[in-house]
Parts: sequence; C-alpha cells; structure tokens
Amino acid sequence: MNADAETGIDSLREQALGEIAAAADVAGLDQVRVRYLGKSGRLTAALKSLGELPKDERPAAGQVINLVKVALQAAIDERRAVLDQAALSARLAGERIDVTLPGRGQRSGGLHPITRTLRRIERLFANAGFSIAEGPEVEDDYHNFEALNIPEHHPARAMHDTFYFDEHRLLRTHTSPVQIRVMAKQGPPLKVIAPGRVYRCDSDLTHTPMFHQVEGLLVDEQVSFADLKGVLYDFLTKFFERELRVRFRPSYFPFTEPSAEVDIQCVMCEGAGCRVCKQSGWLEVLGCGMVYPEVFRHVGIDSERYLGYAFGMGVERLAMLRYGINDIRLYFENDLRFLRQFA
Amino acid sequence: MRFSEAWLREWVSPEVDTRALADQLSMAGLEVDALEPAAPDFQGVVVGLVRSVAPHPNAEKLRVCEVDVGQTERLTIVCGAPNVAGGMRVPVALVGAVLPGDFRIKRAKLRGVESLGMICSAKELGLAESSDGIMPLPADAPVGEDLRIWMGLDDTCIELDLTPDRGDCLSVAGVAREVGVINRAEVRAVSARAVPPACEARVAVRLDAPQACPRYVCRVLRNIDPSAATPLWMQERLRRSGLRSISPVVDVTNYVLLELGQPMHGFDLARLDGGIRVRMASAGERLALLNGEEIRLRDDSLVIADDARPIALAGIMGGSETAVTAETRHVLLESAFFAPAAISGRARGYGLHTDSSHRFERGVDPGLQERAIERATALLLDIVGGEPGPVVVAADADRVPHPPPLHLRRERVTKVLGVRLPDSTIEDILGRLGARLTPVADGWEVSPPSARFDLVQEVDLIADVGRIYGYDKIPVAQALSAAATQAPAETAFDLDRAKLTLVARGYHEVITYSFVSPELQQAIDPEREGLRLANPISADMSVMRTGLWPGLLGVARQNLARQQGRVRIFESGLRFLPSADGLVQDAVIGGLMIGPAAPEQWGERSRPADFFDVKSDVQALLDLTGCPGAFRYVPAEHPALHPGQTAAIERGGRRIGLLGMLHPAHGAALDITGDTYLFELALQGLGEGALPTFTPLSRFPSIRRDLALVLDQSVSFDALYACVTTAAGDLLREIVLFDLYQGDRIESGRKSLALGLILQAPSQTLTDQEVDQTIGRVIGRLENELGARLRD
Repeated sequence: MNADAETGIDSLREQALGEIAAAADVAGLDQVRVRYLGKSGRLTAALKSLGELPKDERPAAGQVINLVKVALQAAIDERRAVLDQAALSARLAGERIDVTLPGRGQRSGGLHPITRTLRRIERLFANAGFSIAEGPEVEDDYHNFEALNIPEHHPARAMHDTFYFDEHRLLRTHTSPVQIRVMAKQGPPLKVIAPGRVYRCDSDLTHTPMFHQVEGLLVDEQVSFADLKGVLYDFLTKFFERELRVRFRPSYFPFTEPSAEVDIQCVMCEGAGCRVCKQSGWLEVLGCGMVYPEVFRHVGIDSERYLGYAFGMGVERLAMLRYGINDIRLYFENDLRFLRQFA
Repeated sequence: MRFSEAWLREWVSPEVDTRALADQLSMAGLEVDALEPAAPDFQGVVVGLVRSVAPHPNAEKLRVCEVDVGQTERLTIVCGAPNVAGGMRVPVALVGAVLPGDFRIKRAKLRGVESLGMICSAKELGLAESSDGIMPLPADAPVGEDLRIWMGLDDTCIELDLTPDRGDCLSVAGVAREVGVINRAEVRAVSARAVPPACEARVAVRLDAPQACPRYVCRVLRNIDPSAATPLWMQERLRRSGLRSISPVVDVTNYVLLELGQPMHGFDLARLDGGIRVRMASAGERLALLNGEEIRLRDDSLVIADDARPIALAGIMGGSETAVTAETRHVLLESAFFAPAAISGRARGYGLHTDSSHRFERGVDPGLQERAIERATALLLDIVGGEPGPVVVAADADRVPHPPPLHLRRERVTKVLGVRLPDSTIEDILGRLGARLTPVADGWEVSPPSARFDLVQEVDLIADVGRIYGYDKIPVAQALSAAATQAPAETAFDLDRAKLTLVARGYHEVITYSFVSPELQQAIDPEREGLRLANPISADMSVMRTGLWPGLLGVARQNLARQQGRVRIFESGLRFLPSADGLVQDAVIGGLMIGPAAPEQWGERSRPADFFDVKSDVQALLDLTGCPGAFRYVPAEHPALHPGQTAAIERGGRRIGLLGMLHPAHGAALDITGDTYLFELALQGLGEGALPTFTPLSRFPSIRRDLALVLDQSVSFDALYACVTTAAGDLLREIVLFDLYQGDRIESGRKSLALGLILQAPSQTLTDQEVDQTIGRVIGRLENELGARLRD
C-alpha cells in the first residue's frame, strides 16, 4: 500500500471515529455504521477497491483496512452500549412515580374487638388442650340456675338480673349452663371452654344488657385448686403478654367450692392505684372454683371419683384492659370510627 | 354491711392498720367495697357551753350567745339557729377553724355585732344530710375538748360487699370473729348478761308454723320513758353504719342487728289484741306496713299475728298499726329465728328488701335469740328505763336447725386443694372458726358453728380451710387431663375464615343486641313473630331477632348519621325463630353494603355498589365450602327487599339464605338514603362442605374461543351457562363472561353477552378441528334451545 492510500484510510478512520462519538442516538449511530461499514459504505468500498492494487500489496492493504473495520465496529458497539444505557436511563427517569401515593383497590375492614379478643382467648386455651363447646342463648331455668345449684329464691338469683320469656325460659345470664350441657352429654373426662353472649337486665354507664363470657371446665380424676391456679395464671400472663401479679381472693358461687375471684395487678398503673382500679391496684378479671358436688349430681357424674374446676371471664372487660377502651357501651354502638381502630 | 372500724376494734383489735385490715378482709372472702372517713375533714371545732342567749339588737332572727369554750374568756357568737338555748352544749368552730368544703371561720361582724366563731349544725360538720338547727351535744360533753377527738371522728367506715353465703358476717360480731381467726387475736364479745325481770308482764306465743318459725323469743318492757333520746354514741355508730336515728326503741333494735346480727322488732304492746301467733298468712289478708304501704298477703308468707290480725310480715317488716311511736309506754320486743326457706324470695315478692329480710334469707344464727334480747333489754334500760318482764321463749326444738356433723377426710383436703396440710393446721383453722372437731381414723367429724349456714358439705369445710390457710399459699400446678381434644371436621364451615374473608373484602364486623325493636323487625320480617321478653330493658329492645338485618340496618343508620358514606358491615350470631317444634336458635352470618363499590381513591372512577358486588362477597363465602356449585341463586321475593333484585340462595332445593337490595320504601322509612344491599346465610343450611380432590394438571395448551351472543332478555345466565356446559362436554375448562350489553345498539328485549370458552384436553394438544366441532356444537345448542344468535 502506498503512503497516499494509507493516509486516506487513516483519515477515513479518524473521520468515522469522530462521527461515531458524535452520534446522539442509536438511529444516528446506525447511519454512521451504514455509511462506513454498510454494503456500499466507504470502508466496504475501500475493501472492494483492493483488487485494483498490485497483487503483492493486497494482503498488507487488506490487513490495514480490516484493522480499521474491527476498530470501527468496536467503537460502534461501545457507543451503542453507552447510548442504550442512556436511553434506558432516560426511560426509567421518565417512568418515575410518586411511591407515596396511596395504593388502589378495596381496603380491609376489621374484626370487632370482642371477636378479636375471643379469638385470642380461644387460641390460648386451644393450645392448652381445651376444646370449644357451645350452647343456646335462650336457656331454661334448669340449666341456667337449678342444675348450677341456684334454686328458686336463692339470693344469688336476685344478683343475676335475668331476662325472662315465661316461667321457664330465659336468656342465659352466664355461660355456665354450657358446663351442664357438656357434662350431661359427654361425661368425663372433659376439658372445654364455652365462649358466647350472655344477658343481664342491667344497663348503665358500666353495664350493657348483653355481653360476652368465656367459661372453662376441666373434669378429671386428679384436678385440684392448685391446677386451677396454674391454668389461670398461665392464661393471664399469656393474654397480657407479661408477668403479672395475680391473686386468688375467696368468693362465692353456688356452683363451685372453693370459689375465688381472680384479681390481676392493675395493668394501667402497674398496681400503684388509679381510676381504673379504683385506687386498689387490683383488677378483678375472673371468677373460678372447684365444681360443687351438687352440680355433678345433677349431671350424673360421681363426685367421689371426679373433680373439676370451672372458671368464667368477661370478655368486654379483658378487651377494655388490653386496648384501653374506657366505655363498655362503645362495643355495641358499632361506630365505624371505633371499629376501624381494631382492624 | 357497713360498720365503723372503731366499733370493730372494740371487739378485736389486731396490730394492723386500716389498709392492711381491709386487705385481710378481702383476702378472707369478705370483700371490702369501700373505706370512707367517718366524718369529712374539719378542724378547730370544740365543745362549747352556751352560757346565755340574748336577742340581736339589729336582727330579729339572730341571737347573740355567750359561749364557754374552756378558755378564760367566753366568746360572743352570733347564731341564727332557732334551737340555741342557754345551758346547751354545742360544737363551736373557733376563729381559724376549717369546716368541710374548706370553709374557713373568721372573725366577723354580723349586723353590727362581732362574732368570734360559729355554732355548728350536724350538717355543717358533715355528720348529717340535713339539720334543723345546731347540733345539741350531751350534758357530759367536756367543754373545750376537740370535737373530733371527743366524738372519735377519726374513724373509718368499712363497707363490705358480702357474698350471699356469708350471712354470718352481717354483724360486727361476725366480722370480728373472722378478724380474730385471721390474726389469731382474741375477740372480746360484748356482755349480754341476763337482765332479771322486774315485773311479770308477758305475752303468750303460739307457733302455728314451726317449720318456718321454730323459735320465737319475746319480752315485755313496761313504762318506758317516751321522752328519752338515743345517746349520741349510739346515734354515731348507727350513722357510721348508714342508718338514721329514729327513736330509742328502733335504734336499739337496729343497733343489736348490726352488733350481733339478730334482726329484732318492737311492738307497741298497748295496740296488740291478745297474744302472739306466728302463722302462715291467709291469701288476701291485708297488712299495713311501716313504710306506709298496704299489702295483700299471699299464703306463702309467714306473719306475726295477734288474736285479731297480722301485725308484721315475719322477718321482713313490721306493721304500722302496732308500731312503736312517741307515745308508746309499753313495748314488746321480738327476737326470733325464721327459717331461710320461709323468708327467701318473699320480700322480693312484695317489692321489699330490708336489713332484716336480707339477714333471714341468708340465715340468722338460731342460737342467738336470747342473747340478743338480753342485750337489747340492757341497752333500752339504760336509755328509756322501764320494767322488763321475763323472757318468753317459744320453741319447737326438733325444728330448730342442728345439722349433723360433717365427715372431713384429710386425703380429700389434699385432693381438692392440691396441697397437703398438717392435721394441726386443719384443726387449728376449723377450731378457731368455731367448729367442734372429733378426730376419726381418716380425718374428723366436724360440727360447724350454728351461724354458718354455708357449711353443709365436706367440701365447704375444705374451702374454709383453704380460705384461712390462704389461697395465695396454695401452689401452682398443671393438671394432666385425659380429655381428648376435639377438632372440627375439615369440611365443616369455618366461621372464622368466613369472617376474615369478609374483612379482606372491606367489611367491618359489628355486634348488635340480640333483642331488637318489634316495630323494626315487623317491618323487615313481617311473616315471623319474634319471641318477646317478659321484662325488656326498653320497648325498642323487647323482641328476639329473627334475623340480622334489623341490627345491621340500625348500625348503618347510626353511621350514616355520623357522616360515614360508605358502610360495609357484617355480623354473625344466633337468630331466634319460633316454630311449631319449639324455638330454633340458628347461627347465621349476614351483611350490609351501602355506598360506592370501592373506597374513594385516585385513578379509578367511583361507581355505586350494586347487587353483583354483594353477590360476589356471598360467593366468596360459599367458595369456602369447597363446593360453590352446590348453591343456586333463584329469583325470589321478600317483604324487605326490592322485588326485582332479590335472590334466594338454595342448596338442594332448600333455601339457606337471601341476598338483595333493601326495598326503597324501607330505606326511606329508616332514614337510609342510597341503595342498600343485604345478605344473610344460615350456617347450618350451608351443609356439608367438600374436601378438595386432586385432578392431575394437563401438560397441554388450552385454547380460548370467544362468542358474542344475542339472546332474549328473559334468558338467564344460569340457563346459558347450563346449556354451554352440557354442549361443550369434557373439554370445557372454564366459561368467562366478559361483557354484557343491553341498550340502544341492540333490538329491544334482547341482550348481548360475550363469553370466553376455555377448552383443554388432559392428554393431548387439541386440534383446530376438535375445537371447531365443540364450538359448533355449543352454538347449535344455543341457537336451538335458547334462541341465541351470534352477534355480527
């Protein structure tokens, strides 16, 4: 190759490289490629013109041209990568959104706080091996009172503020009649809880005529008051998710003996005394006791062989303490602004 | 039961402070409901002696008193009370004193006369609700002494909320015994020495109903001084127990009731016609009671009668005709034992509740009557004087309760309490509680004290042992139970999942009362008669719900009124359906939807929810059964719902639920504007669910063909679906309805539906020919059976 020709190729190369670098986008770059490397491109033309050279010069000249071609192709690829990257970046930049805008579609509702609390209670006892039992809400006198050792005229009846339909039918005043139904139907051994609605003819700032209880019952051959303490202590610490002081205060229920009311250290003031615990530092949350032999007699269970414990808790109260709800009536007003707080 | 701490401490005074004493009582099962000061805070009040009273020079109603307060100089005090008189001892608030309500006494000029203090009424000192004039103090009140100290006002009133089994603690004596047991402290009972008769006056007693009244003790007291007044110390004790002073005879009987727990009654002897008969009332007999009411007696009521008529409702309330009055000179005191069963419920039956009935219903110690009457006699003699007659005791010894001893086994104590207690502990506790114990081989024979009506079984004794030993000292254990846990079948309807499904679809769960307004229920469900409460809390909560809609509509109305425009709520619970076979208490789940289909948001056009939105939620619930195909939606009518937008949900031809739009007329009546959709499903009716059964997945591609069909309006989608399904056969995997058009661009009475049919074979790739054949078959059937034609 003569010097002139070499100079020509060199300048072609420089010119092409300049144009490649200057290409603003992929389309422009492609035009450059066609202009130099296309079928009728200038470098292709140079290759074709090799034949005009003397035979001995052809290999060297061909090599020079090929080197230029490789260099140009590499420059184009490099430039294309840059341009692709820039194009992608530009696209991504254009597609930027405000990720803080709210999501679309249906919004979740929520479970009622009583249900939420009941589910928790049920799960804690299910984990401890209790099954769930249910009973009717319109009850008869026998299951609600008589079989629970609360005969007619018993002073405890006056404390129940019962809703009646007629002489025998009433709205259950507690979930305890489920004890009777389960014992009579299944017989021992038994380990059940019975959640549900109960009713008392009482309505004021701190009472609603309907509320929820969870009854618990365990009947077996070896059951003691110590076991009752164990199961309730365990439940209460798990329910409130903390170590709590718990005290068992002697009390009276016609269907248990010994009977106790269970107080926990006030969860609002840690026992220091506040409005919620009426300055006592304690909150009454449960009633419990050992099943009274008279109750076993009513359902045909041998009270010499079997013992049992029973307990009952008010769900509204537990939920109030858990979530800081200060008015029991809110539960049944069902104001959506209230319900949304428990979703 | 309310009493003052000082009174209790006269009986037993352990070395614990008030707070600790209250805790002890609560932890022994005698729950302390309140501790209140015996008097509000005041200071600077002393006993004064009014030396002279002169008219005020400038005011007719005021008097100028010279009062000796134990200082060298007498104080001049202006007083407006009409009862102030020379020689009276009175409470005097000195200058600088602070009375309740932070009322400070200052030197003051009253109508020109300087007053150096104030003579106080009981009300001003917070010792009475109301007063007429200043508070007279007894003649032995020491002049100059601080009134708080002299009256012992730095005392605490203890209010016990006693459980109905502990009638034995409805007295200071009963509480004192418990405090003594807890603290191992000596109890000093008041003296009840026999008062010897001073005359022979007596009244004959006949026990005509010995079962109800096996023991009646009475005594005549003649020639009492009707002008005597109850001493201040007794008035104060009564006041601190929440009782007003009435007259010496009434006050003494009340005092003995509080002190010993024996309800007593005083009759005006002069008004009695002959002797006392304790008998059952005859139905219809009349008795005018002390409270001014006249009652018609029922024959289940025990009465005290004289020869002519009933004079008291035994154990509940005395009659007004024989009541002790200010003129009474001769009194007959009654101290009786009435059996709890004869009194229980009777007071309530007459709308009454008295301190006496409260005690007799729970059980009064049958060994207490003579002691109480002696104590009352002694107190009365000190106050009103007179001559007591002999104590008359009428008793049917066989019918006075003396229960047999209880057998207490030491092993049983361990078994029930879960802790083994030494014999000595058990003996000590029961002994101090007043039981008599005789050791036997496996434990003891125990005779409980006669005041304890609650100790009737072995386990009652065990409970008492545990109570005094301390529940807190019983260890904590975990019972190992043989009871098998029961789990519901997998195919059983999972209510919990159903609730969460609705929650995820935007519903809030509500809980409404099971009793509703009869008018609302009648409007919503006129065909069923709800069960009515005999004693509802109010008229609008007086009938048991026959479904969930009245409650849901009530909640919706409330929330709409509180500017909540979009309401999606559901409830689950029982409905109460009276039927020929009795009441059916049936679990249901139901919901309500008002407002836009989606919450207001950006980027989506808001549209009002319609029937198919709520249907989709119902379908989601039925999907949970695993066999949604078992349910059909059948056009139906219901009084509460829009006649053209109501579906009955059926399974196997049985209606198990309803779905539809609230009838606009009801909406208007309920103040609910906007279309309202309701549903309710009976959980029982959902029936057996299906367990998923696996089918192998086809590895071959599916083919979709879309059909645009024009049909008569009257052809239901159900019919179309059934036709396509049958015609397409085994290859059909799914039918998608992706468009429905009814409007101007189509002949009237017709509608256009666009269906996507997805076909797939389990073991081969479908050929065009197979697909064309199937689709051709479908189109043919649709044309023939439903009059459909393909849309151009």
